[in-house]
Amino acid sequence: MSELNELYQQVILDHNKNPRNYGALKPCTHFSEGFNPLCGDHFDIYAVMDGDTIKDISFEGSGCAISKSSASIMTSLVKGKTKAEAETMIEQFQDLVTMPMDQQPDEDKLGKLAVFAGVREFPARIKCASLAWHTLKAAIEQQPKAISTE
Amino acid sequence: MNALKESMQAFDINSIRKDFPILNETVHGKTLVYLDNAATTQKPEQVIEAMNAYYRHTNSNIHRGVHLLSEKATQQYEEARKKVARFIGAPKTQEIIFTRGTTDAINLLAASFGKKHIQAGDEILISAMEHHSNIVPWQMMCEERKAVLKVVPIDDDGSLNMEAFEQLLSEKTKLVAIVHVSNSLGTINPVKDIIQKAHAKNIPVLLDGAQAVQHLPVNVQELDCDFYAFSGHKLFGPTGVGVLYGKESWLKDLPPYQGGGDMILNVTFEKTTYNELPYKFEAGTPAIAEVIGLGAAIDYISGIGMKQIETRESELLAYAMKRIAAIPRVTIIGTAAHKSSVVSFVVDGVHPHDMGTILDREGIAIRTGHHCTQPVMKRFGIPATSRVSLAFYNTEEELDTCVKAIEKAIQLFV
Ligand SMILES: Cc1ncc(COP(=O)(O)O)c(C=O)c1O
Repeated sequence: MSELNELYQQVILDHNKNPRNYGALKPCTHFSEGFNPLCGDHFDIYAVMDGDTIKDISFEGSGCAISKSSASIMTSLVKGKTKAEAETMIEQFQDLVTMPMDQQPDEDKLGKLAVFAGVREFPARIKCASLAWHTLKAAIEQQPKAISTE
Repeated sequence: MNALKESMQAFDINSIRKDFPILNETVHGKTLVYLDNAATTQKPEQVIEAMNAYYRHTNSNIHRGVHLLSEKATQQYEEARKKVARFIGAPKTQEIIFTRGTTDAINLLAASFGKKHIQAGDEILISAMEHHSNIVPWQMMCEERKAVLKVVPIDDDGSLNMEAFEQLLSEKTKLVAIVHVSNSLGTINPVKDIIQKAHAKNIPVLLDGAQAVQHLPVNVQELDCDFYAFSGHKLFGPTGVGVLYGKESWLKDLPPYQGGGDMILNVTFEKTTYNELPYKFEAGTPAIAEVIGLGAAIDYISGIGMKQIETRESELLAYAMKRIAAIPRVTIIGTAAHKSSVVSFVVDGVHPHDMGTILDREGIAIRTGHHCTQPVMKRFGIPATSRVSLAFYNTEEELDTCVKAIEKAIQLFV
């Protein structure tokens, strides 16, 4: 069960059960829809940007524990951050989940993101973890169309 | 009752399981519990060996050479066609067309039937429980020919709404294409009734038998269906081979699907004469080893007997339904009175994708997702299900292991 425990850490289970920043944010300045056609996961990301700052952000939709907790953790992390900071985080996240298993992620730098290191053991689930982040990228870069991780 | 008891004694599960080498595999350190049989079935030694022997001793191209190996290969290939014909009760061997699978068989029929028989405004009638492979080829053909795709709805228990079916059968309907057994709900459709009602209006019927031939005795003459499609790999045979059965009276007038070698009698640059049935529909070198493997699979299950298999599986299904339905927070999707070997379910608080990962780590293979039936998911207002699907080599003990793992997953998430 150890790899499973790595994947489904308490933080992830908690965010899955009690997602933060959940629900539509209306009106908002930025919005994007994310789909994972393979498993039917679907999340909308709403953001209110004040200049370059993400003043408020929320998500709504349905998906597995990995995709949902990832969206929930993401929204808590980027709220109040600048667009550039959020983009760095998106990159860090992507690097983390695609990093080879024998490489140790820098937990100090990653902070809360590090809980997703366990996803690497489950290649089929990397897309689940990434969905919200891809969608955030599309939202803040103002490409207001549905994107997918396929 | 006695006869039944006797027949069940003849069903020796231990020796059957020994025929399937993969059932001894360990997955994440646990003995494999394979409950994803609707996706594909495992292969008995006999099938693996038949293909191995073909490549070791007979490999050569068919219908071409005068040399001994080519003759032998041709003979084995055509022998397999006879086995398929006997297996589904087809009156004539030339009514059996080898394809790459069910999907390929339906695409063949849609393209060929469409070209010959479909005009603007005509209707094709399918159902809301079709696999994407019995939706998309018809959609593509309808788009091309400006025809209309009509869909028979399903009831809450996952059975076909027969009243709606009768209402939707119209003068414009040119073909009914319906799944025999649903892969996501397990429903066994009343196909005999469907065929009679369609025939009363002179409408031909295609049955998608991808989930039927491995679970129930199928006789195309008794059913009186006009076309029947299935895949080798779901029938304990190899991937890359499938079958389209069609009544000769239909097939002989349909145009070829693909052009190439084997499907011709004579080629000049001015005109090509097409070969006779079934070769008209088999362009190019076919999957020879796979066809021979399919023949071996049919020999194997015929040795056990489809009636036996059906009886054993209905016991297993009843057990699976009872055990899984009894787990708190579980809802079974697909509870039709006539069901075969599929238990689809959702769990309040646990997403199917997470369920699949937890079960996998316990060595249990199930399918999670939409099962290539997105309209079914939409009909039931769910994104996905977890699906346990059975074969005759599964056991009650395996189902117990699975139930335990489902309970474990629920504990983790809820
Ligand atoms: C009911 C049904 N029809 C068609 C298919 C397609 O079969 P294949 O992928 O072998 O062509 C499947 C396979 O999942 C099925 O379950």
